[in-house]
Amino acid sequence: MNQSALLSVEDVSVDLPTPRGNLRAVDRVDLTVGAGRTLGVVGESGCGKTMLSRAVLQLLPKKAKLSGRVMFDGQDLVRLDPERLRKLRGRSLAVVFQDPMTSLNPVLTIGTQLIETLQEHLELDSQAAKARSVELLAAVGIPAPEQRLTQYPHQLSGGMRQRVAIAIALSCEPKLLIADEPTTALDVTIQAQILDLLAREQRRRHMAMILITHDLGVVAGRTDEVAVMYAGRVVERAPTAALFKNMHMPYTEALLAAIPKIDAAPHTPLPAISGRPPDPTRPIQGCSFSPRCRYAAGPCHREKPALTATESADHQYACFHPIQLAAGVDA
Amino acid sequence: MQDLSPSSSRDPLLKVENLVVEYSVGGRIIHAVSGVSLEVARGETLGLVGESGCGKSTLGRAVLQLRRAVSGRVLFDGHDLTAMQGDALRKMRRRVQLIFQDPIASLNPRRRIGDIVAEPLVIAGVADPAKRQELVSEVLSAVGLDPGLVAGRLPHEFSGGQCQRICIARALVLNPEFIICDEPVSALDVSIRAQILNLLEDMKSRFGLTLLFIAHDLAVVKAVSDRVAVMYLGRLCEVGPSEQLFAHPAHPYTALLIEAIPVPDPDVRPAESVPVGEPPSPMAPPSGCRFRTRCPRADQRCRDEVPELRPVAPDQYVACHHPLIAAG
Repeated sequence: MNQSALLSVEDVSVDLPTPRGNLRAVDRVDLTVGAGRTLGVVGESGCGKTMLSRAVLQLLPKKAKLSGRVMFDGQDLVRLDPERLRKLRGRSLAVVFQDPMTSLNPVLTIGTQLIETLQEHLELDSQAAKARSVELLAAVGIPAPEQRLTQYPHQLSGGMRQRVAIAIALSCEPKLLIADEPTTALDVTIQAQILDLLAREQRRRHMAMILITHDLGVVAGRTDEVAVMYAGRVVERAPTAALFKNMHMPYTEALLAAIPKIDAAPHTPLPAISGRPPDPTRPIQGCSFSPRCRYAAGPCHREKPALTATESADHQYACFHPIQLAAGVDA
Repeated sequence: MQDLSPSSSRDPLLKVENLVVEYSVGGRIIHAVSGVSLEVARGETLGLVGESGCGKSTLGRAVLQLRRAVSGRVLFDGHDLTAMQGDALRKMRRRVQLIFQDPIASLNPRRRIGDIVAEPLVIAGVADPAKRQELVSEVLSAVGLDPGLVAGRLPHEFSGGQCQRICIARALVLNPEFIICDEPVSALDVSIRAQILNLLEDMKSRFGLTLLFIAHDLAVVKAVSDRVAVMYLGRLCEVGPSEQLFAHPAHPYTALLIEAIPVPDPDVRPAESVPVGEPPSPMAPPSGCRFRTRCPRADQRCRDEVPELRPVAPDQYVACHHPLIAAG
């Protein structure tokens, strides 16, 4: 699996100094993404999913300390010189953020931003870059693309801005696209359109994608593999179908159960997860989910469970009391 | 205008009649709410769903007269709030409270939790500090917070979910009859969202509340609502009992919203998107049916005639010339 991986995150930790002490945002994470594959990274606010994506992009805050390796296309991004890293980002490694206004420049037209990217990375002349920009805007479903080139980001709706951000991200045919909560700021109908757009472009371009979200519903139909994060660690990782059929980690189960079901009767009480995630500046002894876990007992409060696999090598979980294993459920 | 009472058999605590609310921005008019009528029965939860800019929050504010209507009436327990001013209105507002989306932004960062929750009592003229403290302790315990631990602390010491509990306590302290919840869980994480939804349900039965629950997430709305009203660009598309509306949506827009909900099951392939585009600007809403520019069923009639809300099933009303279920 490793030799064919486009991206392989190896034993990556991120530490952030805060006035309240060291905050371990990402704790010894290993992940791989093959060419053309989609990995979903799921977790709640503060679980470290965004810091992990920033570690991959080498866009961490200045004070952050990173350890481990980020192998992308045969090179370790952590040790790559800044000039080569800059060339790589935007070219073969692209990103779409939650709020398109943070990635678009408000004082430049859509056209300038697209054409600039194309000229910088692909060395196209201005005529060719303009023609390419129109094609890209049309591909992401923007009506009247020629006219949009002269418009500014504030003249577009949130959904249209996100389409422009995606067009810019796709402009240089990246090998890997990191989409960090790309639809969280958008309405439901627009969310479905943007997710479809990403899936379609990914298939067409045979691009790998990391889809970061807090919503298990978003990853279910649209990823090949899912990694669930809690308190900086990957706590369960499996092919998407296997995960939903047979989840082993109580946190994953609880997260899924807490989503209101569209086919449940009104006023059905939701199985909420009691308590809240631990304070990341005060690490918990034992499993970090144990204070909220209904299965926690004995070793859970003393030792950190390692990420292990039992039934099949590609389904890993970090739990002393994995669910749906003892019962002999066939996956 | 027309008498449409999508629950006339019940005892309405709130009745909104042909409400029109408009904003003026740079000399142009935004048609935020354009002739909405609805009722909320005593003890009921009415869910109000729609996308950003559909006017659902404006409607909530117009009920409380925080935004005055251009025309139409808001009757609360038989009293016309739109005709009230000053003291009379202030008295009425004690019976109706509001909970907002961003719990952290709706708490004054420099005041202690005890004072924040006591503030409505001060305004309502409860002069005895001991009495205030007693009532504050009571509601803080009710929402699952330890009064002894939280009353002296400041909002920044609490997480988003806890701040929303504090906001709910503040809304409950005057013992209101009606609470307007405007996207109360949209800013919260999944695990915390379920806690707050359960808490709202508990508080509703414990204090005998009636709720108007405004949200854009249909699954969340269904979890708490007896009936659901769907809004699009300032108008109501459909109103009906939650189960009926989800099982048999009559309006193409309701169907689109249901289809767009991501299902946490990999065997359910997401529907390849219907060419639905984006909502037009509320500054220049389309003629006739406002949804027609995104509707697969739209024809000339939808362009010319505004569809009125009419019954399609028991208690289910739809404003559509070509509903997905036939009137029966």
